[in-house]
Amino acid sequence: MKFLKDTWLMFQRYLMVFLRNPAWVAIGVIQPLLYLVLFAPLLKSLVHLSGFPAGGAYNVFVPGLLIQLGLFGASGVGFGLIAELRAGVIERFRVTPVSRFALLLGRALRDIVTMMVQSLILLLLAIPFGLKPTVVGIIVMLGLVALIGLGMSSLAYAAALALKSEDSYAPLIFTLSLPLLLLSGVLLPLDLAPQWLQDIAKANPLSYAVNAARDLFNGKGLDQAVFEGLVIMAALAVVGVLIGARRFTRAIA
Amino acid sequence: MIETHDLRKTFKSRRGPVEAVAGVDLDVKKGEIFGFLGPNGAGKTTTLRMLSTLLPPTSGEATVAGFDLRREPAKVRYVIGYVSQEGSSAPEVPGRVELVMQGRLYGMSKQRAVARAAELIESLELADCADRPTKTYSGGQKRRLDIGIGLMHLPQLLFLDEPTTGLDPQSRARMWDEVRRLRDTGTTVFLTTHYLEEADALSDRIGIIDHGKIVALGTPDELKRQVAGDVVIVGTDNASDRVLQLLKGQSFVREATSADDLVRLYVDRGETAMPQIIRALDAAGIPLASLSLTRPSLDDVFLRQTGRSLREAA
Repeated sequence: MKFLKDTWLMFQRYLMVFLRNPAWVAIGVIQPLLYLVLFAPLLKSLVHLSGFPAGGAYNVFVPGLLIQLGLFGASGVGFGLIAELRAGVIERFRVTPVSRFALLLGRALRDIVTMMVQSLILLLLAIPFGLKPTVVGIIVMLGLVALIGLGMSSLAYAAALALKSEDSYAPLIFTLSLPLLLLSGVLLPLDLAPQWLQDIAKANPLSYAVNAARDLFNGKGLDQAVFEGLVIMAALAVVGVLIGARRFTRAIA
Repeated sequence: MIETHDLRKTFKSRRGPVEAVAGVDLDVKKGEIFGFLGPNGAGKTTTLRMLSTLLPPTSGEATVAGFDLRREPAKVRYVIGYVSQEGSSAPEVPGRVELVMQGRLYGMSKQRAVARAAELIESLELADCADRPTKTYSGGQKRRLDIGIGLMHLPQLLFLDEPTTGLDPQSRARMWDEVRRLRDTGTTVFLTTHYLEEADALSDRIGIIDHGKIVALGTPDELKRQVAGDVVIVGTDNASDRVLQLLKGQSFVREATSADDLVRLYVDRGETAMPQIIRALDAAGIPLASLSLTRPSLDDVFLRQTGRSLREAA
């Protein structure tokens, strides 16, 4: 009970902090929107290549963009935590009887909610470009984004707690998220890649999420790729939360 | 309220283990202001962080507010408040919101937390800024809010880590008043400081720590008396030799010297020696030009125990 109440309190707090700085909401939408306007048109001429997935440029690109939104959105969350560490807020919470798990989950829930709102906005904005979503597709897609948000945010918080400074956190996050992005097939479908690149990509959990997301919008519906993506992202979320919770429970010296 | 026995904390470092706290025995009584004095790096903050459940001790025993620190940290947390040196509020959040949040984390109802926050905002004189983000606060306002956050749940014991570091003299005096008021309402206060004057003026009892060990423990007066006793200086008009002869033999005088019409008397307790000196001079018919009392400072105590001046060590 206390855990749920504390999680709710933390969620409210961080949502308020987030909304007090609406620039972040805007940035979260503007970035993918730029990809939509300035990058996606390039794909139109590639649609006829052999290996390019079915469904048209936007139905291929937008789902991947949502996965990217989850990845990038989560990678930035550690900065806020580091600022709070420095301001003494985390230490203050640790002296209270607050549930340690709630310290992580309250924040991660805020991240999930903001990512889902951003995803929804992006999906709606993509419809005029030619995206043809289904209700089930949107719902499952948001679930996928939520799982990525939970797993990746938790890992980002664990990294922030371990490193305690932006100077080491920023390079780590950017170094890790770029290969994750490139090997996920978000920008161009991996079907176009040489075999060795496809093999490496198989080790990247996000590539399964991207495959799942594409099938949700290309009319294939809830096929095996979707289930694979959901299961792998759920596993990622569990692992991320376990690692993050361990960090929050341990003493921060 | 606090009892520790051989409390230790060893940190691992690249050059091997570092013993930050090397066997601390403390006993803090209910309702007192306990000042924990020592130079930077002496182990004050590490001890404080252990006592406030932030850092598990390497070894030793401690009871805080009746609960075993190592076995029942969760129970300790409900009855202590902690105000760190670094502050405790997020820059973009208003003070009132921080206060209410803090109360809710201790399980207060929303209504109760809002009422208690209003109470503290009033008593800590934060009404002008309570609804503004804390990044707009002055140093003194921020520190008062930190204290308020630590007091939201009416703790029996409040830990204050260097409460006046970085404050201007006016804000410092206010903070001292605030701490005394807390003690007067029954809260036990444990504060660390590296300011001699602060420990002296504010504390009912003092523990002095150096290199991770307690080197002195007692009331400020007791500690100073251990060192040297008081010095009473008697001023005369060309009669210092007679005064010296007269007082040297008195039982309460440990040692006496004279120079330039001034006689320095080393005594155990200056305040009881002074009337005796006046009576003796009166009886002998020697006019008294002036009389003054100087006391050893806590710095003398530190000097005697460690061979260094605290002002240099800090």
